Amino acid sequence: MIAALTHLLAQVPDAPTTVLTSGRGINDNLFVIIAISAIFYGTPLLLAALGEMLTERSGILNLGVEGMMLMGAVAAAWTSIHASGPGWSVVLQALVASMVVGGLTALLHAVLVITFRVEQIVSGLAITILAGAAGLSSYLASTWELASGPVPHRLDLLDVGGLADTPVVGPLLFHQNVLTYFSWLLVGFLWWYLFRSRTGLHLRAVGESPATADAMGIHVNRYRYVHTVIGGTLAGLGGAFFPLAIIPLWSDGVTGGRGWIALALVIFGFWRPELILAGAYLFGAFSSLSLTLQARNVEVPTQLLDSLPYLMTIIVLVVVSTGWARRRVGAPAALGTAYEREAR
Amino acid sequence: MPETTTNDASAGGRPPALAARRITKRFPGGVVANEAVDLDVAPGEIHALLGENGAGKSTLSNCFTGLYRPDEGTLAVDGVPVEFHSPGDAIVSGFGLVHQHFRLVEPFTVAENVLLGEHGRIRRSEAEARVAELGDRYGLEVDPSARIWQLSVGQQQRVEIIKALSCEAKLLILDEPTAVLTPQEAESLFEVLRRMTAEGRSVIFISHKLDEVRAVADRVTVLRGGRSEGTHVVAGTASRDLARLMVGRDIDLGTGPVPRQQRPTAAVVLRVEDLRATGDRGETALDGVTLDVRAHEVLGVCGVSGNGQRELAEVIAGMRARTAGTVEVAGTVLTGADPRAAHTAGLGHIPEDRLHTGLSPSLSIEDNLALTAYRRPPLSRGPFLRRTRFRARAIELMERYDVRAPGPTTPTRVLSGGNVQKVLLARELSSDPKVLLAASPTRGLDVGAIETVRTLLAEAADRGVGVLLLSEDLDEILSLSDRIAVIYEGRILAVVDRADADVEELGLLMGGDVSHLSATPARGSA
Repeated sequence: MIAALTHLLAQVPDAPTTVLTSGRGINDNLFVIIAISAIFYGTPLLLAALGEMLTERSGILNLGVEGMMLMGAVAAAWTSIHASGPGWSVVLQALVASMVVGGLTALLHAVLVITFRVEQIVSGLAITILAGAAGLSSYLASTWELASGPVPHRLDLLDVGGLADTPVVGPLLFHQNVLTYFSWLLVGFLWWYLFRSRTGLHLRAVGESPATADAMGIHVNRYRYVHTVIGGTLAGLGGAFFPLAIIPLWSDGVTGGRGWIALALVIFGFWRPELILAGAYLFGAFSSLSLTLQARNVEVPTQLLDSLPYLMTIIVLVVVSTGWARRRVGAPAALGTAYEREAR
Repeated sequence: MPETTTNDASAGGRPPALAARRITKRFPGGVVANEAVDLDVAPGEIHALLGENGAGKSTLSNCFTGLYRPDEGTLAVDGVPVEFHSPGDAIVSGFGLVHQHFRLVEPFTVAENVLLGEHGRIRRSEAEARVAELGDRYGLEVDPSARIWQLSVGQQQRVEIIKALSCEAKLLILDEPTAVLTPQEAESLFEVLRRMTAEGRSVIFISHKLDEVRAVADRVTVLRGGRSEGTHVVAGTASRDLARLMVGRDIDLGTGPVPRQQRPTAAVVLRVEDLRATGDRGETALDGVTLDVRAHEVLGVCGVSGNGQRELAEVIAGMRARTAGTVEVAGTVLTGADPRAAHTAGLGHIPEDRLHTGLSPSLSIEDNLALTAYRRPPLSRGPFLRRTRFRARAIELMERYDVRAPGPTTPTRVLSGGNVQKVLLARELSSDPKVLLAASPTRGLDVGAIETVRTLLAEAADRGVGVLLLSEDLDEILSLSDRIAVIYEGRILAVVDRADADVEELGLLMGGDVSHLSATPARGSA
């Protein structure tokens, strides 16, 4: 599987020219450029990983992230081509469509694993295969001829308060598209939700010890359904980022295995939104590093740079599997297990 | 409008806190866990539910808390008929359940666990104060900001009770609450329960121990085989009568020693010296354990659950690495963690989780019986297994150890706990061990199987095997052991002869109190 992922990642598209040419003077500095592409390529990872984090916090493992992202990408591309209205409205419709489709795909997973208690790993993999690059998303894309021309309406970079050209912070903080700003708000909101709100406390209890939650009158399966579906909508939204921002012309498997990276990011970020944000941007930087460096004629073996995200994932997996880490920052204890009240 | 049901338990006109009528609960596969059980709990009463393992006590209590839905029967709370569709309904009706296996979220703090049941009635900032206040009022001290996994089992139980009290439980149900407590801790729990009933709350106290029921309960309802054997006032009923109701026949109530022919000899078969090891969380689990077990001897190790018994058994059996110390089985020094080396040296092992660690649940009885013997003749020749010998051996052992099963090809996972244990004992004893390590060998078994297992252990000792018995059941330790060692926080606090053993003293030692020991105790050097 790693080999396949590496292959997919090798197809990382060129950074869009709008990003590379924005800013002036100091903003052309290599580190600013890398930071810009870290945020740019990190945004879909962040959205999908935040969604998966919510799902896993409820005790459901959804390996269908890649499939849900691709379904969201198809929905967004189709809507952008076929919806009518002013540009901003079409983009909004495309985003909503990607969320609905991602959510519905996750609902399928939820029904299978929560109601019918299908093995979660099997169901998640099945969904990725079903929706994946060789499955439904490609079929729909060719039926609808999505690859016949570029996606007409896309996510534009906003110039917030006219501050886009401010040295360093301008392009990073005030020159992003609406989805990136949304993901920042989401990180803050989810932190508050998980660690300060009552519903979040209940959610964590459901993921750690469903029997305890149930005994306290918390509806375990309701929490699991809701958070699995919300996780799917966020994965779909992350998928929409590809046709609407990264790659204007549809190509099959457009997400390029980013769903798998998002899954690793949840572990990397210890199931915490703020750490997932850091991880997503780190992985985003790696995704584009070899391209950026090549453009600058820096001689670094691209194979080494391309393998860094996976190397880091392995190191993180080793660290979090130690007993010390498991107690403190480990996976929700009930992750991957169905809950049955009258089980004996 | 509330509709008052007739009841016969309330003489003073107040309806019972709980009136259950003809509760029936069946499980898939035709198992009837409860059949037409009636129960009345008066306000301010401690009502015991007495019965053996599998008598349906836990199932019945789960019907009261909405975890299970009874197939038939009605419930009334304070005279008002109720129907519980979920645990939330039961909480609203004022029911609180302290489970045998605690329902606590381990990574959460005490306050967060309490908050979980509050559903918004108190704020996060108030939860800690609430825990402290309830702790003061009922003598349930516990640090509100501690995380559950940092607490001892006894402290975790306090959190469970605080949680129920915080939800304003009018009826508290405790499922086998003393199983994890020292006798002294149990007494302080009883004190808490008495304070609660003095305020008009009611308690259902589930137990299979007669002396406890006698110590704490006002009335007792006996369950046997899922049916009620009637409700009795504790003060006016003889223990022997309750025991007969519980078991269905006369039993020997004494914890007198199981008869033995042979006295221990001087030959040491298991020598454990200054053993140190860490637990699953990296904490110090064994802190310098030194023990000798002699031939023909049963050495009982008693202690409150979680004081290093599990780690001690695992290190001796070669299933856990030690950080220091030596283990010597029948003259062979065991180095490193190697279960097969331990077995070859002459160690038989009855692990705590008999079905999953002791046996392979999906394999047949004959294959499980062969697991320690298939490497050599007669069960194998070169690389080939001889299946007919497997079968013949299994049939012979099943006969000798009275394993009741459809046949030697039955998977062990479908057997009852008693038969699982007999298969395991048959396998371990048939390899002629010099030392038998038995961890909680009768936990969860019915009375008949307990007798069989204890007899087998005593017979093994008579044949010259040195038995190391680890158990949290003090009665079992007392009935089988020649000497008794008390383990506390990974150290052996004292070793006493059975003849000199005093329950009160053992209880204090199990709680870590060594102040009454006049002589220098056999402590580890740490």
